[in-house]
Formats: sequence, C-alpha cells, structure tokens
Amino acid sequence: MYGSTNLSEEDAKRMNTTVEDPEKLEAFESRIARGEKIEPQDWMPVEYRKQLIRMIEQHAHSEIVGALPEGTWITRAPNFRRKLALIAKVQDEIGHGQLLYSAAETLGKTREQMLNDLINGKSKYSNVFNYPAYTWADIAVIGFLVDGAAIVNQVINSKGSYGPYCRALERICYEESFHLKQGHDNVVYLATGTKHQRAILQDAINRWYRPLLHFFGPTDKQSAHSEKLMKWKIKLASNDDMRNQFLDQYVPKIWELDITFPDPNLRKNNDGIWEFSDPDWDEFKRVINGDGPCNAERIAVRKFAEEAGRWVRQALINPSEKYQVPLA
Amino acid sequence: MSSLDPRVNRLDFKKITDGETHTNSHLITWEVFHQDKRGKQVIHVGIVHAPTPDMALILAKEQYARRGKTTNLWVTKTSDVYTFATEDEDIFETTPEKHFRDPAYYKVRDRIEKFQKQQKQTV
Repeated sequence: MYGSTNLSEEDAKRMNTTVEDPEKLEAFESRIARGEKIEPQDWMPVEYRKQLIRMIEQHAHSEIVGALPEGTWITRAPNFRRKLALIAKVQDEIGHGQLLYSAAETLGKTREQMLNDLINGKSKYSNVFNYPAYTWADIAVIGFLVDGAAIVNQVINSKGSYGPYCRALERICYEESFHLKQGHDNVVYLATGTKHQRAILQDAINRWYRPLLHFFGPTDKQSAHSEKLMKWKIKLASNDDMRNQFLDQYVPKIWELDITFPDPNLRKNNDGIWEFSDPDWDEFKRVINGDGPCNAERIAVRKFAEEAGRWVRQALINPSEKYQVPLA
Repeated sequence: MSSLDPRVNRLDFKKITDGETHTNSHLITWEVFHQDKRGKQVIHVGIVHAPTPDMALILAKEQYARRGKTTNLWVTKTSDVYTFATEDEDIFETTPEKHFRDPAYYKVRDRIEKFQKQQKQTV
C-alpha cells in the first residue's frame, strides 16, 4: 500500500558524498532526464540501488502487514457480499506484496532477506498499519481513505525511473481501484444507515484522522531533503504536496455525508492549500519506532507464519537448483 | 498477547523461537508469460517463486490470472532465459537509411507507363 521516500539523516548525507564514475553517472542521469526507464541489468549508482531497495521493500512489507488489520474482520463481515469483497481485497494486497518483492529482488536483495529484515525490525512498513481495526467501520475507513491515500502515492510513484517498480505499480493501481470503490460504497452505506451505523463511522473517522495525516510522512520542513532522489525520479512529489492532493480529493467526500473530521482547523485556504492542526508528529515518531498499539502483534504474526511454515518450504527446496536474480 | 483478531489469539506464540532467521533457503524463480485471448501473443508479466513447474503454474494462476481474461500461462525457469547484455543495446542500431525495406519505396507505375508509351510510338 505504501513505500516511503523519506530519507534518514545519514542516508541523505551519504547520498551527497558518494562518488560515482562521472561518465557513467552522466549517461545514467541523461537517460532518466529523457524519460527512459532504468532496467535491472543497467549500470546504476550505488545509492540509487540502495534507496530503491529500501523503498520498494518497505512498500512490499506494507502490503503484507496491511492485510493483517483487514483480515481481522473477514470472519465477522456483516454479510456475504462484503465478506467476498474483503477476501478478494486481502488476497490482492498479498499479491501486491509479492509483485513488489519481485521488483526489489531484481536489485539484488533476496526475498528471504527482506522477510527476515521485516521480522528482525531492520526494515519498516507503513506506520498506518500499527493501528487496530476496532469495528466494521474501521474496515470501511481503511478501504476508502487508507487505500485512497496509498493510491495517491502509488500513481505518483508509477511515473518513476525504475522499470520493474513502475510495471508492478501499474498493475497494483489497476487492482486498487476496486478497493477504493468498495471502501467508498461501504462508507456511504454506514453514513446513510442507522444512528448506530453513523456513530461507529464517525468514531472510526476520528481514530484514523491523525494516522492518515501522518501517512505521507513528516512535513517538507522537517524531512531530510535530497535533490538527487528527485533528479533520479525515485521521489516524484513532496510529502506536503501528496498530503494536500489527498485531502483535496477525499475530505469533501466525507463532508458530503455529514460526517466530520476531529479538527476544527481543517479547511482549504484560497490558494488551494489545506490547513490542519498539528497532528502530533511526536506520536508519529513514537509509533514508527515500535511503540504503537499493534507493532508487536504485527511482527509476532509475521514471525509465526515464517517459522510455522518453514518446514514446508524446506521440504520443497531442491538443493541442486540455484537461485538466480529475476530478469525484469 | 491479547488481540482484536480471534485468529491471532488462537496462535500458540510459545511455539516460535526468538530471533532466529534462516538464509539461503529460498526457492528458485520462474518467469511467467500470459495470454489473454486465443490467437494473441503470450507476453511476459513477471515472476513467481516455486520449487517445481507445477507449483509455478499454480502460483502464477493466483498472481497473474486473478483479474481479467486469461486463456493460458507459460512458465520457465529464470536461469533458462538467455538475453543480450543491456549495455549492448547499440547492436540493434543499423543504418538509419532503410528505404529498401519500405514497401512504399518500390514505385513502378511511372516506369510501366513510360514503357507503354514507347511501345505505342514504335508501333
């Protein structure tokens, strides 16, 4: 659902100091400037490879972990039609994870290593999935607004420079359009339903408002910049721009249902920029560093799946076959 | 651990060891090709990880035939695919002057008409 393009301080520093072969670098950069894609076997700067692996891997983990809060409600979906849609959506998310792991693998990190790094905490996933789904209305809000936010991000990233990532994202965006539609349908049914249905929807919106603002990462002022990420078309829009685009597309769709966001300062100013109260960036940092309501559970479930399924994978492995980095 | 998810509550977390991860025990990859209509080309769409061709086909069906129409899927081991090196892209560049390969280059009507005119004059 989401791959963050935010750089850590050290990464930003190293990106600006790593020295590359100037001739190759120039050919690489002019290829990107012409709008051509980079393919796995092409020469690429060390930092380009590194940042792409980090970002695509994080995106893949987000798909896999993102299926967990939604999976919680499959057994308790309110009717059969909703259950079928939710099962299909969760299956899609896992499929998207697989597509993204494949894209990251072409850069030379094995899928196994990525899954290990998820479990041992070396690599992250989107913060938004560290929050629980208390009621069915949370599923509606995740399906509509969290997927909506992810689509804003993914459509932008699909214009990037790395061929395999773009191809995966195109397929993902095509599939996610159904997620968004069924999420909206779900939200509208609750909003136009009984008093109780409206109340649980309002509660869910109140819970998800801050995590949704956190979703696109820290404000442009707070985040470490790298001109290179933009030049190399790894990052294509700033966090604030993406957040603004999201608010612009989705806030009116909640307001028209006479549902509110828990923020009296949320409004669009005359320049088309959305204003909102400080969404508590300390909480964002706390949760990203492991202290969210569901971090421990998410990792424990992944670890259980990894360990409980290991004997099956090991039984299937043919030791005479050698793994090779996939082609595209 | 107490979870909102009843399925998570049923897991026996005591069974899992702590911190142990394995390396180099992964399956090989297979390149997947998809055909969406009888008579159309079979096109490369991505990869799956699988131990055998049968498993690769099953997983490819889940991954690449979930939506839209599919008439067939092909899989082949990644290691069985041979390619040119991408830095040799220029070997595909030949002379830009390729009129002789263009059907519109071959114009004979003028010549035929000229010939016929000459024939009439000689008669």
